[in-house]
Amino acid sequence: MSPSSGPVSVFVPRDAAALSMGADAVAEAIRHEAGRRGASLRLVRNGSRGLMWLEPMVEVTTPAGRIAYGPVRAEDVPSLFDAGFLQGEPHPLGHGLTEEIDYLKRQERLTFVRCGIVDPLSIEDYRAHSGGRGLEKALGMDSSEIVTTVTESGLRGRGGAGFPTGLKWKTVLEANASQKYVCCNADEGDSGTFADRMLLEGDPFLLIEGMTICALAVGATRGYVYIRSEYPHAIACFRQAVSKAYEAGWLGDTVHGHPRAFHLEVRVGAGAYICGEETSMLESLEGKRGVVRAKPPVPAIEGLFGQPTVINNVLTLTSVPVILAKGAAFYRDFGMGRSRGTQPFQLAGNIRRGGLVEKAFGISLADLIYRFGGGSASGRPIRAVQVGGPLGAYIPPDQFGMAKDYETFAAHGAMVGHGGIVVFDDSVDMAAQARFALEFCALESCGKCTPCRIGAVRGMEVMDRITGGLERETNLALLRDLCAVMADASLCAMGGLTPQPVLSALQHFPEDFDRQPTSRAAE
Amino acid sequence: MPRDAVWNAERAIAIIAEFRDVPGALLPVLHALMAEFGHISPATLSLLATGLNISRADVQGVLSFYHDFRTTPPGRHVIKLCRAEACQSVGAANLERHAKRSLGIEWGQTSEDGAFTLEPVYCLGNCALSPAVMIDEQLYGRVDPVKFEAILGDLADRAPDAEQAP
Repeated sequence: MSPSSGPVSVFVPRDAAALSMGADAVAEAIRHEAGRRGASLRLVRNGSRGLMWLEPMVEVTTPAGRIAYGPVRAEDVPSLFDAGFLQGEPHPLGHGLTEEIDYLKRQERLTFVRCGIVDPLSIEDYRAHSGGRGLEKALGMDSSEIVTTVTESGLRGRGGAGFPTGLKWKTVLEANASQKYVCCNADEGDSGTFADRMLLEGDPFLLIEGMTICALAVGATRGYVYIRSEYPHAIACFRQAVSKAYEAGWLGDTVHGHPRAFHLEVRVGAGAYICGEETSMLESLEGKRGVVRAKPPVPAIEGLFGQPTVINNVLTLTSVPVILAKGAAFYRDFGMGRSRGTQPFQLAGNIRRGGLVEKAFGISLADLIYRFGGGSASGRPIRAVQVGGPLGAYIPPDQFGMAKDYETFAAHGAMVGHGGIVVFDDSVDMAAQARFALEFCALESCGKCTPCRIGAVRGMEVMDRITGGLERETNLALLRDLCAVMADASLCAMGGLTPQPVLSALQHFPEDFDRQPTSRAAE
Repeated sequence: MPRDAVWNAERAIAIIAEFRDVPGALLPVLHALMAEFGHISPATLSLLATGLNISRADVQGVLSFYHDFRTTPPGRHVIKLCRAEACQSVGAANLERHAKRSLGIEWGQTSEDGAFTLEPVYCLGNCALSPAVMIDEQLYGRVDPVKFEAILGDLADRAPDAEQAP
């Protein structure tokens, strides 16, 4: 591992975000330029560190540590060689030691501790960077001890609902069945979120480890990871990791030489947002339409193929290994109130420094948006942020002081959700955003319950009358009434939470709902 | 990618047979058929029903529920423009107007020369580098109308026999 031995390592991310900005061309240019100059180097395709505005961010190993350059374009590569970047020399694109970059240095990375550092498909790298220690501990514990540790850590579901993970696992552990399942929900459909994708592409063995620990804890022998089809890179990378894990004896009829079976399979979604809802995902895994199931029974009692099933999000399952490795107390010490541990927040949309920020719960929105994010990308004043995905509330700047934790957000009629924060500048039309929330619900509703299926379509019509200036007061009253029905009577969060963006937009930005129709671009 | 492979009943039957013993096989088998033929031919419905021992109605129901599964062949390239919030915040609507005008098509349509099919998508997970576009399985970030035209131009350059300038 000594950086001074052998050729210098150069890291060019293979993360989809980096690829979207030309990382493959950069890697190719580095290979070509090194060949031309007779320079020897070891090219590693790592995940992303999450500093997205610097992607593709190229790193070079030096005796002092890794040095970062970015955003690098293929045409910058010759000048990087000229400047001596292989020795970590300065260059206009240079940022010095990666670990010292303020954005990264101020984070508390527990889940993303390896992401962007290791070769995601190298078991040796995973091991060398402390991967696998949580599972080692778990293999020496009995099931209820594992569940107790997770319970005591205070870990809550990171997919959106924030349900206590230990309690869910305990229910499955205590259920009597010959077959139990662990299902990982990687149907990360919320706009403004990409943390699951980054882990699937940047540290896939972590998810395999977390799921294996869960399987040991609840007595499951089969697991599924349901990845959305919009993530072809994540699907390919995670599938390779699974087959490597089988080859290494980490998965299969025995796990790490222990006589416990755990089989893991990747399933791919097919473009339905609703399949991020857990019961809809189960239907999809069973080969059916992704129609939501009524609860009870909860999936922990009657889940996949009618058997007891743990369903957790990628971020929940990948939080488990560090909890086992370092203990419940270590994890619980991060956070505030009943929100324990860290949350990978994702800064997205109109923001200068977009990316992933893993911090303990309790950081304020203002800190995330301004100190980390650097304000809007356009340079114009920020008018609103949407937190918690397309079903999350729009929040105006005078509320950016609120701390990010489950309870504070709930008290403000908002939710942490999957940790996504989408920033809008003052050019946004909030009535159009409200209409979009209803349009999205109409498109993606599974159709099972009436408030969601019909309500979303009626909501769009009512919005069009409001912005068209037709009986505005009457229609605003109707919109509020409709939202109350959707919120109270929908079967799941799709219809139940769509009123959040609609009503928050109306509450904080009423002026946008009262403009002259001529000032609005015709849809 | 053999997206334009001609539909072939024997090949379809063989693909379906590979999944016979897989629990909840319908989505994986539909994905496999999409990968092979680029679309699900209506003739496949009864083969799927027979091969997986489910009703034709079940197959049709799943086929129509999911946005990914198409029943007609797409153009040579499928362009997916993100319409979700993060992309909206930095000009997705403007890019959408440009793309439709430039290609002369609406959502779900294929350009006259058969080169491009335009589809909406709701999040590609590239939300810090919006607006995002996926063409076939290649992801692009920070796409404005100028970059959009450059990408399409590159695609045309790479396959001069198959492409005409849009």
